[in-house]
Amino acid sequence: MRLYVRYLSILLRSQMQYKGSFLLTVIGQLLGTGCAFLSIYFLMNRFHQVKDFTLPQVLLCFSVVLMAFSLAECFVRGFDTFPTILSNGEFDRMLVRPRNLMFQVLAAKMELSRIGRFLPSVAMLAYGVTGSGIHWTWDKVGVVVLMIACGALLFSGLFVIYAALSFFTTQGLEFMNIFTDGGREFGQYPLSVYGEGVLKFLTYVVPLALVQYYPLLYLIGEKENPLYGLLPLAALLFLLPCALIWRIGLRHYRSTGS
Amino acid sequence: MSGRVYGSFFRLRFINGLQYRAAAYAGVATQFAWGFMEILLFHAFYQTDPAAFPMEFSQLAAYVWLQQAFLALFMLWFFENEIFDGILSGTIAYELARPTDLYVMWFTRSAANRLSRAVLRCMPILVVAVFLPEPFRLTAPANAADFGWFALTLVLGLLTVVAFSMLVYISAFYTLSSQGIRLVVSAVGDLLMGGLIPLPFMPEGVQKVLELTPFAAMQNLPLRAYTGQLAGEELLWTAVLQVFWLAVLILLGRLWMKRALRRVVIQGG
Repeated sequence: MRLYVRYLSILLRSQMQYKGSFLLTVIGQLLGTGCAFLSIYFLMNRFHQVKDFTLPQVLLCFSVVLMAFSLAECFVRGFDTFPTILSNGEFDRMLVRPRNLMFQVLAAKMELSRIGRFLPSVAMLAYGVTGSGIHWTWDKVGVVVLMIACGALLFSGLFVIYAALSFFTTQGLEFMNIFTDGGREFGQYPLSVYGEGVLKFLTYVVPLALVQYYPLLYLIGEKENPLYGLLPLAALLFLLPCALIWRIGLRHYRSTGS
Repeated sequence: MSGRVYGSFFRLRFINGLQYRAAAYAGVATQFAWGFMEILLFHAFYQTDPAAFPMEFSQLAAYVWLQQAFLALFMLWFFENEIFDGILSGTIAYELARPTDLYVMWFTRSAANRLSRAVLRCMPILVVAVFLPEPFRLTAPANAADFGWFALTLVLGLLTVVAFSMLVYISAFYTLSSQGIRLVVSAVGDLLMGGLIPLPFMPEGVQKVLELTPFAAMQNLPLRAYTGQLAGEELLWTAVLQVFWLAVLILLGRLWMKRALRRVVIQGG
Protein backbone atom coordinates (compact mmCIF):
# COMPACT_ATOMS: atom_id res chain seq x y z
CA MET A 1 0.00 0.00 0.00
CA ARG A 2 2.80 2.41 0.88
CA LEU A 3 4.40 1.58 -2.40
CA TYR A 4 1.16 2.28 -4.25
CA VAL A 5 0.85 5.70 -2.66
CA ARG A 6 4.43 6.42 -3.69
CA TYR A 7 3.68 5.39 -7.26
CA LEU A 8 0.61 7.61 -7.29
CA SER A 9 2.45 10.64 -6.00
CA ILE A 10 5.10 10.21 -8.68
CA LEU A 11 2.45 9.92 -11.39
CA LEU A 12 0.65 12.91 -9.98
CA ARG A 13 3.76 15.05 -10.00
CA SER A 14 4.68 13.97 -13.52
CA GLN A 15 1.23 14.86 -14.82
CA MET A 16 1.40 18.24 -13.15
CA GLN A 17 4.49 19.01 -15.20
CA TYR A 18 2.21 19.38 -18.22
CA LYS A 19 -0.32 21.72 -16.72
CA GLY A 20 -1.61 23.11 -20.00
CA SER A 21 -2.26 19.73 -21.53
CA PHE A 22 -3.80 18.51 -18.28
CA LEU A 23 -6.12 21.48 -18.12
CA LEU A 24 -7.19 21.09 -21.73
CA THR A 25 -8.04 17.43 -21.21
CA VAL A 26 -10.09 18.34 -18.16
CA ILE A 27 -11.95 21.01 -20.14
CA GLY A 28 -12.61 18.53 -22.93
CA GLN A 29 -14.07 16.06 -20.44
CA LEU A 30 -16.17 18.78 -18.86
CA LEU A 31 -17.59 19.83 -22.20
CA GLY A 32 -18.30 16.25 -23.22
CA THR A 33 -20.15 15.62 -19.98
CA GLY A 34 -22.04 18.88 -20.41
CA CYS A 35 -23.21 17.79 -23.88
CA ALA A 36 -24.33 14.42 -22.54
CA PHE A 37 -26.24 16.23 -19.83
CA LEU A 38 -27.86 18.55 -22.37
CA SER A 39 -29.06 15.68 -24.52
CA ILE A 40 -30.67 14.05 -21.46
CA TYR A 41 -32.14 17.38 -20.42
CA PHE A 42 -33.60 18.03 -23.88
CA LEU A 43 -35.20 14.60 -24.04
CA MET A 44 -36.61 14.75 -20.50
CA ASN A 45 -37.81 18.28 -21.15
CA ARG A 46 -39.81 17.04 -24.12
CA PHE A 47 -41.16 13.80 -22.64
CA HIS A 48 -41.17 14.81 -18.91
CA GLN A 49 -40.43 11.24 -17.87
CA VAL A 50 -39.21 7.96 -19.24
CA LYS A 51 -41.05 4.86 -18.07
CA ASP A 52 -42.10 6.61 -14.82
CA PHE A 53 -38.61 7.89 -14.06
CA THR A 54 -38.20 11.65 -13.63
CA LEU A 55 -35.26 13.85 -14.57
CA PRO A 56 -33.69 13.90 -11.07
CA GLN A 57 -33.96 10.12 -10.88
CA VAL A 58 -32.35 9.75 -14.30
CA LEU A 59 -29.58 12.13 -13.24
CA LEU A 60 -29.07 10.07 -10.11
CA CYS A 61 -28.36 7.07 -12.37
CA PHE A 62 -26.20 9.08 -14.74
CA SER A 63 -24.09 10.60 -11.97
CA VAL A 64 -23.57 7.30 -10.14
CA VAL A 65 -22.48 5.50 -13.32
CA LEU A 66 -20.31 8.39 -14.46
CA MET A 67 -18.60 8.65 -11.08
CA ALA A 68 -17.95 4.92 -11.00
CA PHE A 69 -16.62 5.04 -14.55
CA SER A 70 -14.35 8.02 -14.01
CA LEU A 71 -12.94 6.50 -10.81
CA ALA A 72 -12.19 3.29 -12.68
CA GLU A 73 -10.69 5.20 -15.62
CA CYS A 74 -8.54 7.27 -13.29
CA PHE A 75 -7.07 4.48 -11.18
CA VAL A 76 -7.28 1.46 -13.46
CA ARG A 77 -5.92 3.30 -16.46
CA GLY A 78 -3.02 0.84 -16.65
CA PHE A 79 -5.39 -1.90 -17.79
CA ASP A 80 -7.24 0.45 -20.10
CA THR A 81 -4.01 1.29 -21.94
CA PHE A 82 -2.62 -2.21 -21.55
CA PRO A 83 -2.15 -2.90 -25.30
CA THR A 84 0.45 -0.10 -25.30
CA ILE A 85 2.20 -1.52 -22.24
CA LEU A 86 2.31 -4.88 -24.01
CA SER A 87 3.54 -3.68 -27.36
CA ASN A 88 6.27 -1.36 -26.11
CA GLY A 89 7.82 -4.08 -23.96
CA GLU A 90 7.11 -2.40 -20.65
CA PHE A 91 5.30 -5.53 -19.56
CA ASP A 92 8.46 -7.62 -19.97
CA ARG A 93 10.16 -5.35 -17.48
CA MET A 94 7.30 -5.82 -15.05
CA LEU A 95 7.63 -9.60 -15.30
CA VAL A 96 11.13 -9.54 -13.86
CA ARG A 97 10.25 -7.37 -10.89
CA PRO A 98 9.50 -9.09 -7.58
CA ARG A 99 6.02 -7.65 -7.18
CA ASN A 100 2.53 -8.77 -8.04
CA LEU A 101 1.83 -8.16 -11.73
CA MET A 102 -1.68 -6.81 -11.35
CA PHE A 103 -0.37 -4.40 -8.76
CA GLN A 104 2.34 -3.18 -11.13
CA VAL A 105 -0.06 -2.64 -14.02
CA LEU A 106 -2.41 -0.87 -11.66
CA ALA A 107 0.30 1.41 -10.38
CA ALA A 108 1.84 2.09 -13.79
CA LYS A 109 -0.73 4.61 -14.91
CA MET A 110 -3.12 7.06 -13.42
CA GLU A 111 -5.25 9.55 -15.29
CA LEU A 112 -6.13 12.39 -12.98
CA SER A 113 -7.75 14.39 -15.76
CA ARG A 114 -10.86 12.25 -15.36
CA ILE A 115 -11.76 14.72 -12.66
CA GLY A 116 -13.34 16.57 -15.58
CA ARG A 117 -15.97 13.87 -15.62
CA PHE A 118 -16.10 13.37 -11.88
CA LEU A 119 -16.81 16.97 -10.88
CA PRO A 120 -19.89 17.52 -13.04
CA SER A 121 -21.23 14.18 -11.90
CA VAL A 122 -20.98 15.41 -8.30
CA ALA A 123 -23.15 18.37 -9.28
CA MET A 124 -25.66 16.11 -11.01
CA LEU A 125 -25.71 13.79 -8.03
CA ALA A 126 -26.49 16.74 -5.79
CA TYR A 127 -29.40 17.69 -8.04
CA GLY A 128 -30.57 14.09 -8.25
CA VAL A 129 -30.40 13.71 -4.48
CA THR A 130 -32.38 16.85 -3.72
CA GLY A 131 -34.85 16.73 -6.59
CA SER A 132 -35.87 13.09 -6.69
CA GLY A 133 -38.24 13.26 -3.74
CA ILE A 134 -36.42 10.56 -1.85
CA HIS A 135 -36.67 10.54 1.92
CA TRP A 136 -32.98 10.27 2.77
CA THR A 137 -31.85 8.12 5.65
CA TRP A 138 -28.37 6.98 6.52
CA ASP A 139 -28.89 3.55 5.01
CA LYS A 140 -29.87 5.14 1.71
CA VAL A 141 -26.76 7.30 1.74
CA GLY A 142 -24.84 4.08 2.31
CA VAL A 143 -26.54 2.51 -0.70
CA VAL A 144 -25.44 5.39 -2.95
CA VAL A 145 -21.85 5.03 -1.76
CA LEU A 146 -22.08 1.30 -2.39
CA MET A 147 -23.44 1.87 -5.89
CA ILE A 148 -20.53 4.14 -6.77
CA ALA A 149 -17.83 1.97 -5.18
CA CYS A 150 -19.07 -1.34 -6.59
CA GLY A 151 -19.73 0.32 -9.94
CA ALA A 152 -16.13 1.49 -10.05
CA LEU A 153 -14.94 -2.03 -9.28
CA LEU A 154 -17.24 -3.47 -11.94
CA PHE A 155 -15.84 -1.13 -14.61
CA SER A 156 -12.34 -1.99 -13.37
CA GLY A 157 -13.16 -5.65 -13.93
CA LEU A 158 -14.19 -4.85 -17.49
CA PHE A 159 -10.89 -3.06 -18.06
CA VAL A 160 -9.05 -6.11 -16.73
CA ILE A 161 -10.89 -8.36 -19.21
CA TYR A 162 -10.02 -5.92 -21.97
CA ALA A 163 -6.37 -6.08 -20.96
CA ALA A 164 -6.40 -9.87 -20.64
CA LEU A 165 -7.88 -10.31 -24.10
CA SER A 166 -5.09 -8.25 -25.57
CA PHE A 167 -2.65 -10.97 -24.44
CA PHE A 168 -4.09 -12.94 -27.34
CA THR A 169 -4.34 -10.16 -29.89
CA THR A 170 -1.73 -7.59 -28.74
CA GLN A 171 -4.16 -5.03 -30.13
CA GLY A 172 -7.04 -3.49 -28.29
CA LEU A 173 -10.39 -5.03 -29.01
CA GLU A 174 -12.88 -2.49 -30.16
CA PHE A 175 -15.93 -4.57 -29.26
CA MET A 176 -15.09 -4.28 -25.56
CA ASN A 177 -16.09 -0.63 -25.93
CA ILE A 178 -19.70 -1.74 -25.97
CA PHE A 179 -19.33 -2.68 -22.31
CA THR A 180 -16.98 0.04 -21.07
CA ASP A 181 -17.88 3.20 -22.99
CA GLY A 182 -21.27 1.72 -23.78
CA GLY A 183 -21.90 1.06 -20.10
CA ARG A 184 -21.13 4.68 -19.39
CA GLU A 185 -23.31 5.99 -22.22
CA PHE A 186 -26.32 3.76 -21.71
CA GLY A 187 -26.05 3.72 -17.93
CA GLN A 188 -27.24 7.33 -18.16
CA TYR A 189 -30.79 6.02 -17.91
CA PRO A 190 -32.24 3.42 -15.52
CA LEU A 191 -31.36 0.21 -17.31
CA SER A 192 -34.93 -1.05 -17.41
CA VAL A 193 -35.79 1.43 -20.15
CA TYR A 194 -33.97 -0.75 -22.67
CA GLY A 195 -36.45 -3.57 -22.16
CA GLU A 196 -36.54 -6.99 -20.57
CA GLY A 197 -33.83 -8.69 -22.63
CA VAL A 198 -31.19 -6.03 -22.12
CA LEU A 199 -32.01 -5.82 -18.42
CA LYS A 200 -31.56 -9.58 -18.01
CA PHE A 201 -28.23 -9.44 -19.81
CA LEU A 202 -27.08 -6.57 -17.63
CA THR A 203 -28.18 -8.45 -14.52
CA TYR A 204 -26.71 -11.89 -15.09
CA VAL A 205 -23.87 -11.47 -17.59
CA VAL A 206 -22.37 -8.02 -17.11
CA PRO A 207 -24.10 -7.03 -13.86
CA LEU A 208 -24.32 -3.31 -14.41
CA ALA A 209 -27.98 -3.30 -13.37
CA LEU A 210 -26.99 -4.59 -9.94
CA VAL A 211 -25.14 -1.36 -9.19
CA GLN A 212 -27.62 0.92 -10.90
CA TYR A 213 -31.22 -0.14 -11.55
CA TYR A 214 -32.08 -2.39 -8.59
CA PRO A 215 -30.59 -0.20 -5.86
CA LEU A 216 -32.31 2.78 -7.49
CA LEU A 217 -35.65 1.02 -6.98
CA TYR A 218 -34.80 0.77 -3.31
CA LEU A 219 -33.76 4.42 -3.13
CA ILE A 220 -36.96 5.77 -4.65
CA GLY A 221 -39.06 3.50 -2.44
CA GLU A 222 -40.36 1.32 -5.26
CA LYS A 223 -38.97 -1.72 -3.43
CA GLU A 224 -38.97 -1.90 0.35
CA ASN A 225 -36.72 -4.92 0.73
CA PRO A 226 -33.26 -3.68 1.84
CA LEU A 227 -31.69 -6.57 -0.08
CA TYR A 228 -32.15 -4.46 -3.20
CA GLY A 229 -29.88 -1.88 -1.66
CA LEU A 230 -27.22 -4.52 -1.02
CA LEU A 231 -27.25 -5.92 -4.55
CA PRO A 232 -24.20 -3.84 -5.61
CA LEU A 233 -22.14 -6.19 -3.44
CA ALA A 234 -23.37 -9.14 -5.51
CA ALA A 235 -21.95 -7.43 -8.59
CA LEU A 236 -18.50 -7.98 -7.14
CA LEU A 237 -18.84 -11.69 -8.02
CA PHE A 238 -18.14 -10.51 -11.55
CA LEU A 239 -14.55 -9.84 -10.51
CA LEU A 240 -13.91 -13.61 -10.18
CA PRO A 241 -14.24 -14.42 -13.90
CA CYS A 242 -12.26 -11.23 -14.62
CA ALA A 243 -9.35 -12.51 -12.51
CA LEU A 244 -9.65 -15.92 -14.15
CA ILE A 245 -9.51 -14.50 -17.68
CA TRP A 246 -6.47 -12.45 -16.66
CA ARG A 247 -4.67 -15.59 -15.43
CA ILE A 248 -5.50 -17.53 -18.58
CA GLY A 249 -4.30 -14.63 -20.67
CA LEU A 250 -1.10 -14.34 -18.68
CA ARG A 251 -0.30 -18.01 -19.31
CA HIS A 252 -0.64 -17.34 -23.03
CA TYR A 253 1.67 -14.39 -22.99
CA ARG A 254 4.45 -14.16 -25.49
CA SER A 255 6.59 -11.11 -25.68
CA THR A 256 6.41 -9.04 -28.82
CA GLY A 257 10.16 -8.82 -28.62
CA SER A 258 10.37 -5.09 -28.85
CA MET B 1 -2.11 17.27 -64.85
CA SER B 2 -3.68 18.36 -61.60
CA GLY B 3 -7.02 16.53 -61.63
CA ARG B 4 -5.45 13.19 -62.58
CA VAL B 5 -2.84 13.39 -59.83
CA TYR B 6 -5.37 14.03 -57.07
CA GLY B 7 -7.67 11.40 -58.54
CA SER B 8 -5.06 8.68 -58.34
CA PHE B 9 -3.95 9.86 -54.91
CA PHE B 10 -7.54 9.51 -53.79
CA ARG B 11 -7.74 6.01 -55.28
CA LEU B 12 -4.49 5.00 -53.61
CA ARG B 13 -5.61 6.20 -50.21
CA PHE B 14 -9.02 4.62 -50.66
CA ILE B 15 -7.60 1.19 -51.57
CA ASN B 16 -5.11 1.46 -48.74
CA GLY B 17 -7.95 2.11 -46.32
CA LEU B 18 -9.83 -0.95 -47.53
CA GLN B 19 -7.05 -3.21 -46.23
CA TYR B 20 -8.05 -2.83 -42.60
CA ARG B 21 -10.82 -5.42 -42.71
CA ALA B 22 -10.46 -7.07 -39.29
CA ALA B 23 -10.62 -3.73 -37.52
CA ALA B 24 -13.65 -2.83 -39.57
CA TYR B 25 -15.59 -5.95 -38.60
CA ALA B 26 -14.91 -5.37 -34.91
CA GLY B 27 -16.17 -1.84 -35.45
CA VAL B 28 -19.31 -3.13 -37.12
CA ALA B 29 -20.25 -5.18 -34.05
CA THR B 30 -19.72 -2.20 -31.77
CA GLN B 31 -21.68 0.17 -33.93
CA PHE B 32 -24.50 -2.29 -34.34
CA ALA B 33 -24.88 -2.77 -30.59
CA TRP B 34 -24.62 0.98 -30.12
CA GLY B 35 -27.36 1.69 -32.64
CA PHE B 36 -29.60 -0.96 -31.17
CA MET B 37 -29.31 0.43 -27.66
CA GLU B 38 -30.01 3.91 -28.92
CA ILE B 39 -33.16 2.80 -30.71
CA LEU B 40 -34.32 0.94 -27.58
CA LEU B 41 -33.82 4.11 -25.58
CA PHE B 42 -35.88 6.19 -27.99
CA HIS B 43 -38.47 3.43 -28.00
CA ALA B 44 -38.84 3.85 -24.25
CA PHE B 45 -39.44 7.56 -24.77
CA TYR B 46 -41.87 6.77 -27.56
CA GLN B 47 -43.87 4.45 -25.31
CA THR B 48 -43.89 7.05 -22.55
CA ASP B 49 -45.46 9.73 -24.72
CA PRO B 50 -45.95 9.04 -28.45
CA ALA B 51 -47.53 12.46 -28.97
CA ALA B 52 -44.32 14.24 -27.96
CA PHE B 53 -42.26 12.27 -30.47
CA PRO B 54 -41.27 14.74 -33.19
CA MET B 55 -41.17 12.15 -35.99
CA GLU B 56 -42.49 8.71 -36.89
CA PHE B 57 -40.74 5.96 -34.99
CA SER B 58 -39.65 4.31 -38.25
CA GLN B 59 -37.98 7.58 -39.22
CA LEU B 60 -36.03 7.60 -35.97
CA ALA B 61 -34.95 3.99 -36.56
CA ALA B 62 -33.77 4.84 -40.06
CA TYR B 63 -31.91 7.90 -38.74
CA VAL B 64 -30.03 5.84 -36.15
CA TRP B 65 -29.14 2.98 -38.49
CA LEU B 66 -27.88 5.28 -41.23
CA GLN B 67 -25.96 7.26 -38.63
CA GLN B 68 -24.20 4.11 -37.41
CA ALA B 69 -23.64 2.74 -40.91
CA PHE B 70 -22.03 5.96 -42.17
CA LEU B 71 -20.42 6.97 -38.88
CA ALA B 72 -17.00 7.21 -40.52
CA LEU B 73 -18.21 9.96 -42.83
CA PHE B 74 -19.45 12.16 -40.02
CA MET B 75 -17.26 11.63 -36.98
CA LEU B 76 -15.78 15.01 -36.16
CA TRP B 77 -13.42 13.58 -33.56
CA PHE B 78 -11.54 11.58 -36.14
CA PHE B 79 -8.33 13.17 -37.42
CA GLU B 80 -5.40 11.99 -39.48
CA ASN B 81 -2.55 11.80 -37.03
CA GLU B 82 -0.07 11.69 -39.90
CA ILE B 83 -0.97 15.26 -40.80
CA PHE B 84 -0.42 16.54 -37.26
CA ASP B 85 2.81 14.57 -36.98
CA GLY B 86 3.97 16.02 -40.28
CA ILE B 87 3.45 19.56 -39.04
CA LEU B 88 5.13 18.84 -35.74
CA SER B 89 8.12 16.92 -37.04
CA GLY B 90 8.67 19.03 -40.15
CA THR B 91 8.27 16.24 -42.70
CA ILE B 92 5.68 18.54 -44.18
CA ALA B 93 8.65 20.09 -45.98
CA TYR B 94 8.66 17.17 -48.40
CA GLU B 95 5.02 17.71 -49.16
CA LEU B 96 5.60 21.41 -49.71
CA ALA B 97 8.40 20.66 -52.15
CA ARG B 98 6.07 18.71 -54.41
CA PRO B 99 4.25 20.48 -57.24
CA THR B 100 0.89 19.70 -55.68
CA ASP B 101 -1.50 21.79 -53.68
CA LEU B 102 -1.23 20.92 -49.99
CA TYR B 103 -4.86 21.79 -49.24
CA VAL B 104 -6.15 19.52 -51.97
CA MET B 105 -3.77 16.73 -50.97
CA TRP B 106 -4.90 16.75 -47.33
CA PHE B 107 -8.51 17.12 -48.34
CA THR B 108 -8.25 14.17 -50.71
CA ARG B 109 -6.48 12.00 -48.17
CA SER B 110 -9.02 12.76 -45.47
CA ALA B 111 -12.02 12.18 -47.70
CA ALA B 112 -10.60 8.93 -49.09
CA ASN B 113 -9.85 7.58 -45.65
CA ARG B 114 -13.31 8.32 -44.33
CA LEU B 115 -14.93 6.88 -47.43
CA SER B 116 -13.00 3.62 -47.28
CA ARG B 117 -13.91 3.18 -43.63
CA ALA B 118 -17.57 3.82 -44.35
CA VAL B 119 -17.61 1.46 -47.34
CA LEU B 120 -16.18 -1.36 -45.23
CA ARG B 121 -18.57 -0.81 -42.37
CA CYS B 122 -21.87 0.25 -43.88
CA MET B 123 -22.96 -2.87 -45.75
CA PRO B 124 -23.14 -5.37 -42.85
CA ILE B 125 -24.93 -2.85 -40.66
CA LEU B 126 -27.43 -1.88 -43.35
CA VAL B 127 -28.16 -5.49 -44.33
CA VAL B 128 -28.86 -6.61 -40.76
CA ALA B 129 -30.85 -3.45 -40.00
CA VAL B 130 -33.14 -4.07 -42.97
CA PHE B 131 -34.12 -7.52 -41.69
CA LEU B 132 -34.82 -6.55 -38.08
CA PRO B 133 -38.39 -6.88 -36.80
CA GLU B 134 -40.74 -3.88 -36.81
CA PRO B 135 -40.54 -1.14 -35.52
CA PHE B 136 -36.76 -1.32 -35.22
CA ARG B 137 -35.90 -2.06 -38.81
CA LEU B 138 -34.46 0.24 -41.42
CA THR B 139 -37.20 1.09 -43.87
CA ALA B 140 -36.65 2.05 -47.49
CA PRO B 141 -37.12 5.69 -48.45
CA ALA B 142 -40.60 6.59 -49.61
CA ASN B 143 -39.56 7.32 -53.17
CA ALA B 144 -36.58 7.46 -55.47
CA ALA B 145 -36.32 11.24 -55.17
CA ASP B 146 -35.77 11.04 -51.42
CA PHE B 147 -33.02 8.53 -52.00
CA GLY B 148 -31.44 10.72 -54.65
CA TRP B 149 -31.40 13.70 -52.30
CA PHE B 150 -29.99 11.49 -49.55
CA ALA B 151 -27.12 10.30 -51.76
CA LEU B 152 -26.33 13.80 -53.01
CA THR B 153 -26.42 15.52 -49.63
CA LEU B 154 -24.51 12.62 -48.06
CA VAL B 155 -21.58 13.27 -50.37
CA LEU B 156 -21.81 17.02 -49.76
CA GLY B 157 -22.05 16.31 -46.03
CA LEU B 158 -18.84 14.32 -46.16
CA LEU B 159 -17.13 17.19 -47.96
CA THR B 160 -18.42 19.62 -45.33
CA VAL B 161 -17.03 17.46 -42.53
CA VAL B 162 -13.64 17.27 -44.25
CA ALA B 163 -13.61 20.99 -45.00
CA PHE B 164 -14.32 21.64 -41.34
CA SER B 165 -11.59 19.34 -40.08
CA MET B 166 -9.16 21.03 -42.50
CA LEU B 167 -9.50 24.12 -40.31
CA VAL B 168 -8.40 22.06 -37.32
CA TYR B 169 -5.39 20.74 -39.23
CA ILE B 170 -4.38 24.23 -40.30
CA SER B 171 -4.70 25.50 -36.74
CA ALA B 172 -1.86 23.13 -35.85
CA PHE B 173 0.51 25.42 -37.77
CA TYR B 174 -0.07 28.02 -35.08
CA THR B 175 -0.45 25.98 -31.92
CA LEU B 176 1.79 22.95 -32.64
CA SER B 177 -0.24 20.96 -30.18
CA SER B 178 -3.74 21.02 -31.58
CA GLN B 179 -4.93 18.96 -28.65
CA GLY B 180 -7.10 21.68 -27.16
CA ILE B 181 -8.97 22.49 -30.34
CA ARG B 182 -9.43 18.83 -31.12
CA LEU B 183 -10.85 18.14 -27.68
CA VAL B 184 -13.34 20.95 -27.91
CA VAL B 185 -14.41 19.97 -31.43
CA SER B 186 -14.87 16.33 -30.46
CA ALA B 187 -16.74 17.18 -27.29
CA VAL B 188 -19.17 19.67 -28.72
CA GLY B 189 -19.40 18.76 -32.41
CA ASP B 190 -21.38 15.59 -31.84
CA LEU B 191 -24.14 17.43 -30.01
CA LEU B 192 -24.28 20.30 -32.51
CA MET B 193 -24.63 18.10 -35.57
CA GLY B 194 -27.30 15.84 -34.14
CA GLY B 195 -25.03 12.96 -33.26
CA LEU B 196 -26.22 12.54 -29.67
CA ILE B 197 -29.88 13.14 -30.35
CA PRO B 198 -31.42 14.14 -33.71
CA LEU B 199 -31.99 17.90 -33.92
CA PRO B 200 -35.83 17.66 -33.95
CA PHE B 201 -35.69 16.31 -30.38
CA MET B 202 -34.17 19.55 -29.15
CA PRO B 203 -36.25 22.54 -28.05
CA GLU B 204 -37.52 24.47 -31.02
CA GLY B 205 -35.35 27.53 -30.48
CA VAL B 206 -32.16 25.50 -30.18
CA GLN B 207 -33.08 23.47 -33.25
CA LYS B 208 -33.77 26.58 -35.31
CA VAL B 209 -30.39 28.06 -34.48
CA LEU B 210 -28.44 24.84 -35.02
CA GLU B 211 -30.07 24.28 -38.39
CA LEU B 212 -28.39 27.43 -39.63
CA THR B 213 -24.90 26.27 -38.66
CA PRO B 214 -22.56 24.21 -40.82
CA PHE B 215 -22.94 21.36 -38.30
CA ALA B 216 -26.51 20.70 -39.37
CA ALA B 217 -25.26 20.35 -42.95
CA MET B 218 -23.15 17.36 -41.92
CA GLN B 219 -25.47 14.52 -40.91
CA ASN B 220 -28.77 16.15 -40.06
CA LEU B 221 -29.56 16.99 -43.67
CA PRO B 222 -28.83 13.69 -45.48
CA LEU B 223 -30.35 11.47 -42.79
CA ARG B 224 -33.54 13.48 -42.61
CA ALA B 225 -33.77 13.72 -46.37
CA TYR B 226 -33.70 9.91 -46.49
CA THR B 227 -36.66 9.61 -44.15
CA GLY B 228 -38.62 12.27 -46.00
CA GLN B 229 -38.78 14.64 -43.03
CA LEU B 230 -37.11 17.28 -45.09
CA ALA B 231 -38.93 17.68 -48.36
CA GLY B 232 -40.01 20.22 -50.94
CA GLU B 233 -38.94 23.77 -50.44
CA GLU B 234 -37.47 23.20 -47.01
CA LEU B 235 -35.19 20.49 -48.38
CA LEU B 236 -34.09 22.68 -51.25
CA TRP B 237 -33.35 25.60 -48.94
CA THR B 238 -31.39 23.36 -46.53
CA ALA B 239 -29.37 21.94 -49.41
CA VAL B 240 -28.54 25.43 -50.65
CA LEU B 241 -27.37 26.30 -47.16
CA GLN B 242 -25.21 23.17 -47.16
CA VAL B 243 -23.50 24.19 -50.40
CA PHE B 244 -23.05 27.68 -49.00
CA TRP B 245 -21.33 26.42 -45.86
CA LEU B 246 -19.20 24.01 -47.85
CA ALA B 247 -18.00 26.86 -50.04
CA VAL B 248 -17.35 29.11 -47.03
CA LEU B 249 -15.40 26.43 -45.17
CA ILE B 250 -13.26 25.60 -48.19
CA LEU B 251 -12.59 29.25 -48.92
CA LEU B 252 -11.69 29.94 -45.30
CA GLY B 253 -9.42 26.93 -45.20
CA ARG B 254 -7.60 27.86 -48.39
CA LEU B 255 -7.04 31.46 -47.35
CA TRP B 256 -5.95 30.47 -43.88
CA MET B 257 -3.56 27.85 -45.19
CA LYS B 258 -2.00 30.34 -47.59
CA ARG B 259 -1.36 32.70 -44.70
CA ALA B 260 -0.04 29.93 -42.50
CA LEU B 261 2.34 28.67 -45.17
CA ARG B 262 3.70 32.14 -45.80
CA ARG B 263 5.02 32.33 -42.27
CA VAL B 264 5.83 28.69 -41.71
CA VAL B 265 9.41 28.08 -40.67
CA ILE B 266 10.85 24.64 -41.04
CA GLN B 267 13.81 23.95 -38.90
CA GLY B 268 16.54 21.97 -40.55
CA GLY B 269 18.03 18.83 -39.14
